[in-house]
Amino acid sequence: MSLLNYFKTSKPKTAALAKERLQILIAHEKSMQNQPSYLPELQKDLLAVIQKYIEVDQDAVSVVFDSDDDQETLELNIILPEHQHT
Amino acid sequence: MARIIVVTSGKGGVGKTTTSAAIAMGLAKKGHKTAVIDFDVGLRNLDLIMGCERRVVYDFVNVINGEATLNQALIKDKRCNQLFILPASQTRDKDALTKEGVGKVLEELSKTFKYIVCDSPAGIERGANLAMYFADDAFVVTNPEVSSVRDSDRMLGILASKSKRAESGDEPIKEYLLLSRYDPKRVKLGAMLSVEDVQEILSLHLLGVIPESESVLNASNSGTPIILDEDSDAGQAYSDVVARYLGEEVEHRFIEEAKKGLFGRLFRN
Repeated sequence: MSLLNYFKTSKPKTAALAKERLQILIAHEKSMQNQPSYLPELQKDLLAVIQKYIEVDQDAVSVVFDSDDDQETLELNIILPEHQHT
Repeated sequence: MARIIVVTSGKGGVGKTTTSAAIAMGLAKKGHKTAVIDFDVGLRNLDLIMGCERRVVYDFVNVINGEATLNQALIKDKRCNQLFILPASQTRDKDALTKEGVGKVLEELSKTFKYIVCDSPAGIERGANLAMYFADDAFVVTNPEVSSVRDSDRMLGILASKSKRAESGDEPIKEYLLLSRYDPKRVKLGAMLSVEDVQEILSLHLLGVIPESESVLNASNSGTPIILDEDSDAGQAYSDVVARYLGEEVEHRFIEEAKKGLFGRLFRN
């Protein structure tokens, strides 16, 4: 680091980082609060059923609830393993 | 009918008890008969901050259990005859507070008091839930710091869903932001969340900014509510908060760094 850089370097503005992290976190927590309470159970049951037939990881199944004014949607995502032997 | 105010935050150590003591004293000094109740059963501290710890005979739980009357348990403040303190119990039984019991005490207080200030414990357990359950107004005490802001947001969710007003479908609790331990110097350097940042994240009406101040510790050391220290910036900030709450138009102070004159620079700090 050159001498010039030494003088130029100011401390990072951590407040901006704090704000960004909080906004993301609080938006996420709000969306979690709005989802139906059965969602975690549903996800667990679905995973159990899928695992009966396919070897998948714990996080291979995701259930996403979304709602707007006139409709509610439930999105189910299953990531299959790369090589399947049936 | 009294107006019930809960002072809450979720997080501990942000200044709930300091705030409860200050605003209760402020309201009483304005001539409104005010009661301030400590809901922190097992860890009572409001008596110490108010400087009446040696005058506690009966407490909140004694009243709920019918072991003492409300008049026996209420401690009349020696500095202001409009102010009364109801201390928490030091019992370790966390279930000592019941919704019915708290409701009855608040109802009885409502007959003669204008304002009832409920000093909530930290956390989201029974004491905190009961402190906010019957509230009309909530003062959300927040520090400009990530964990405090997050917990305040959590608390807002609870106020909106688990209070008596929410359950009965009445007009919701009025929520106000009280940003405490604020340091304009660090905000200017970009090292602390600003008032605007916190307001944007929590979307709350700002009742006041309390600057970080040495006088707060001095006040608690001596058992004097900080609002009585009229020379201190924090004391003045709380006076503004009380005035604003009562509907007076008071411009916000202590958001910008104080410009010190030559004398100020020489003789202060």
